[in-house]
Amino acid sequence: MSDVVLETRGLVKHFKQVRAVDGVDVHLRRGETLGVVGESGCGKSTLAKLLVGLEKPTSGSVMVRGQDMTRLKGGDLRRARRNIQMVMQDPYTSLNPRMTVGDIIGEPFEIHPDVVAKGKRQQAVQDLLDTVGLNPDHVNRYPHQFSGGQRQRIGIARALALRPEIIVCDEPVSALDVSIQAQVINLLERLQDDFGLSYIFIAHDLSVVRHISDRVAVMYLGKIVEQGHDVAIYDQPTHPYTQALLSAVPVPDPRLRGHRNQIVLEGDVPSPADPPSGCRFRTRCWKAQHVCAEQEPVLQIRERSPHPSACHFAEIRRIH
Amino acid sequence: MTDIKAQIDVLPGTDPRAPLLQVNDLHVEFRTRDGVAKAVNGASFWLNPGETLAILGESGCGKSVTASAIMGILETPPGRITKGEIRYRGVDLLKLRGAERRRVRANKIAMIFQDALSALNPVYTVGFQLAELFRVHRGMSRADAKNRAVDLLDQVRIPAARSRVDDYPHQFSGGMRQRVMIAMALALDPEVLIADEPTTALDVTVQAQIMGLLAELQRQRNMGLILITHDMGVVADVADRISVMYAGRVIEEAPVHDVYARPGHPYTRALLESIPRLDLKGQQLNVIRGLPPALTDIPQGCAFNPRCRYAKDPCRQDPPPPAYAIAPRRTARCHFFREVLGE
Amino acid sequence: MNETPGSVVNVTRSLAGDAWSDLRRNKIFWGAAVLVVVVLTMAAVPSLFTSADPASCTLGNQHKGPSGGAIFGYDFQGCDVFARTVHGTRNSIQVGILSTLLAGILGIAFGLTAGYFGGAVDAVLSRLTDIWLGVPFLLGAIVLSGRLSAGEKNDGVMAVTLTLGVLTWTSSARVMRSSVITAKSQDYVAAARMLGAGPARLMFRHILPNSIASVIVVLTLLLGANIATEATLSYLGVGLKGGALSWGLQIADAQSYARIAAAPLIWPSAFLAATVLAFIMLGDAIRDAFDPKLR
Repeated sequence: MSDVVLETRGLVKHFKQVRAVDGVDVHLRRGETLGVVGESGCGKSTLAKLLVGLEKPTSGSVMVRGQDMTRLKGGDLRRARRNIQMVMQDPYTSLNPRMTVGDIIGEPFEIHPDVVAKGKRQQAVQDLLDTVGLNPDHVNRYPHQFSGGQRQRIGIARALALRPEIIVCDEPVSALDVSIQAQVINLLERLQDDFGLSYIFIAHDLSVVRHISDRVAVMYLGKIVEQGHDVAIYDQPTHPYTQALLSAVPVPDPRLRGHRNQIVLEGDVPSPADPPSGCRFRTRCWKAQHVCAEQEPVLQIRERSPHPSACHFAEIRRIH
Repeated sequence: MTDIKAQIDVLPGTDPRAPLLQVNDLHVEFRTRDGVAKAVNGASFWLNPGETLAILGESGCGKSVTASAIMGILETPPGRITKGEIRYRGVDLLKLRGAERRRVRANKIAMIFQDALSALNPVYTVGFQLAELFRVHRGMSRADAKNRAVDLLDQVRIPAARSRVDDYPHQFSGGMRQRVMIAMALALDPEVLIADEPTTALDVTVQAQIMGLLAELQRQRNMGLILITHDMGVVADVADRISVMYAGRVIEEAPVHDVYARPGHPYTRALLESIPRLDLKGQQLNVIRGLPPALTDIPQGCAFNPRCRYAKDPCRQDPPPPAYAIAPRRTARCHFFREVLGE
Repeated sequence: MNETPGSVVNVTRSLAGDAWSDLRRNKIFWGAAVLVVVVLTMAAVPSLFTSADPASCTLGNQHKGPSGGAIFGYDFQGCDVFARTVHGTRNSIQVGILSTLLAGILGIAFGLTAGYFGGAVDAVLSRLTDIWLGVPFLLGAIVLSGRLSAGEKNDGVMAVTLTLGVLTWTSSARVMRSSVITAKSQDYVAAARMLGAGPARLMFRHILPNSIASVIVVLTLLLGANIATEATLSYLGVGLKGGALSWGLQIADAQSYARIAAAPLIWPSAFLAATVLAFIMLGDAIRDAFDPKLR
């Protein structure tokens, strides 16, 4: 298991009453993509912030190459950050509007002056622009002169500048149009091959996550409810929430209309400030029994679930 | 209550055989700092009772501007309808006098928006906002109007409607707020409902609830539904026909099954191909190269030609391709639709 | 666009460079700048504009119309209005600009610190600002200015400047604080933190440039207000002293006779209005030039 580049142990983040992330264990291998899916409020964005050190965890650890990021300070922390970078969701707010693209992509080199010698930075910035498919002559332009997809490429170039091993992608394409989404996904896949990157790919769009991920973790109310290889999660889901989520995704094929056995969940996600006892999904679950309220199901391989699932009654159900 | 409805039904020019709603050659411009932005450049489509028409397109294609023009909520200035007709049962709304036009729109055409929170007034209870519609447009008493409001909230499946009627918009969850907005849109029994990205801001499990509710209400009331969206999955699930928009024009119009089976315009085809699919796992996704045009500078000829793999010389010259009838009830604005169809 | 991709662009531009190239083509900027330069020259070397002595007044000329060098006529005391206006420029401008600068520095420092650090720092600084705001302005000015200007040789200019600066920074502090809080929560600040940027870089590279625009607006308006307030203080006897000249004093003196002779009131007021307008336009032009989105 020496090729594990990132591992979290019992990661917890509480904002006062709100249990945004409530005990998450994930690991990521070199060159691998771990998809994290879930609906709003499930804690996936907080997880992203914890991984890159934008938030301090309430408890638990984030191990990057055997070092606990959450315990580092000052220069050690700054050096450790080089290894893990993030691409953010909103291409319109993630770039400083008063800096040129050259300054934005060059900023990592100013903060870490030993990465690229001063005289070579300009060339390095232009190489990065070229790498992400932008015209290197556009260094002097401002973010607003680019389209959403191009801005997302600028964000990717900035994340690549320090040659990290790990990139956390927090909904990197959800603000983009369909035709532009495909361009950015292709770029991310190409960069992964070229630089041997490992991705944590967080998204609510299940088809995008399936396309890019090797393994998938499904989150609900701050916890991972099911985890496994993409085929296991998409074709043999065993947790009722995963099954409902998958069945709710509209399929772009009108021939399937009326032939899909769609599971429409009742009601809304409960507040993360006051999650249900036992299994957090039980209030919306059609399988719920007494035991679900009393005993919290552990994320583990079960009799009828060949991959880890946090349901007392885990059972494979094909969705499509 | 029936009086007002009857009055509108006998508006001069009403044609019982005309489609419920018909948009002909609509042009909308906006004056901006960078020149005149041609947001809609000759959009045409029609809608029949009980039918769902999806208007599909990416941001900036003019789909939301078209909806605003139909609803009469276009900001003027900077916007301006320069040409075209919007006919409700044969009557051109753009030619009606202000008061008459407002009455038709208020009673016959309703709209729901993507962002329910900003579409509802935060300082009034949802019950008050619903009841106000009945009091203003139907002349109901306070008590009657409130009862109707509770009825409506019940119809859109808000649990414990009678107790929630006095809640403020922020006290509802995203999905519940969208239900409140649907209730408001349906209050005056419209015949046309325009839904502008109604589920884009919602989670998939909530989206499934809302789309199911919309479909059911439409069936009960035999409404015409215009669904404006960029989500090809949602369209495949609910639409009868599709109008695909690009740079302010409807570039393809067809029954939903035909479009997904055999798209007739290169843009539609490329859009469908760029969706991540199971059998493409691990491969590059098909992409549409380049970017949509700036609305201040739409290319000559077919607006899609700079990004199109079928483009030849005629595509780069004005006039833009006409709406070729490529099959019964099917048109595509592409000179080379045969190639695209794969004939 | 015609350059070959992959070439190194040797000219790297900065926001300031771009702003300057933008300003150079802005007519409003040039108009305002010329006016400001004229006013500043008038303040520095009044003798370039008039050879008349503003202090030589003949009662016999009381409220006379324009004649000779006195193109604006004479006031109640029989002084040359033009000469007094020109010579009053220095004190008015000095008090206005310096007190506004002082207020701006205090306000930006307080607002940036409170907004950036938040929590207890913000609570303490914000309460201090509120308490300061609660000090009755005139009372505070009378006490402060009276203290500072004590002494025979003191003409009161520095006293009034300090008083105005110290009493008027609160509004810019509040505006600054709220725009800093907005800017701080933007994703690009998080992105910089992720790269390992320290507090200084975050504050001065990312937050300050994106939050200062609204303060500039507040400050350009404050400039005019402070020039006028100096007059109030001088009128009350706690401002400029010992026969000092300023537009504010002229306006205060002339208003009692406005119905008999309007010119001594109108001309210094016009100078004041034109100066304030020039600074407001200059502030607007500079603010816009530093906003790339408007380019």
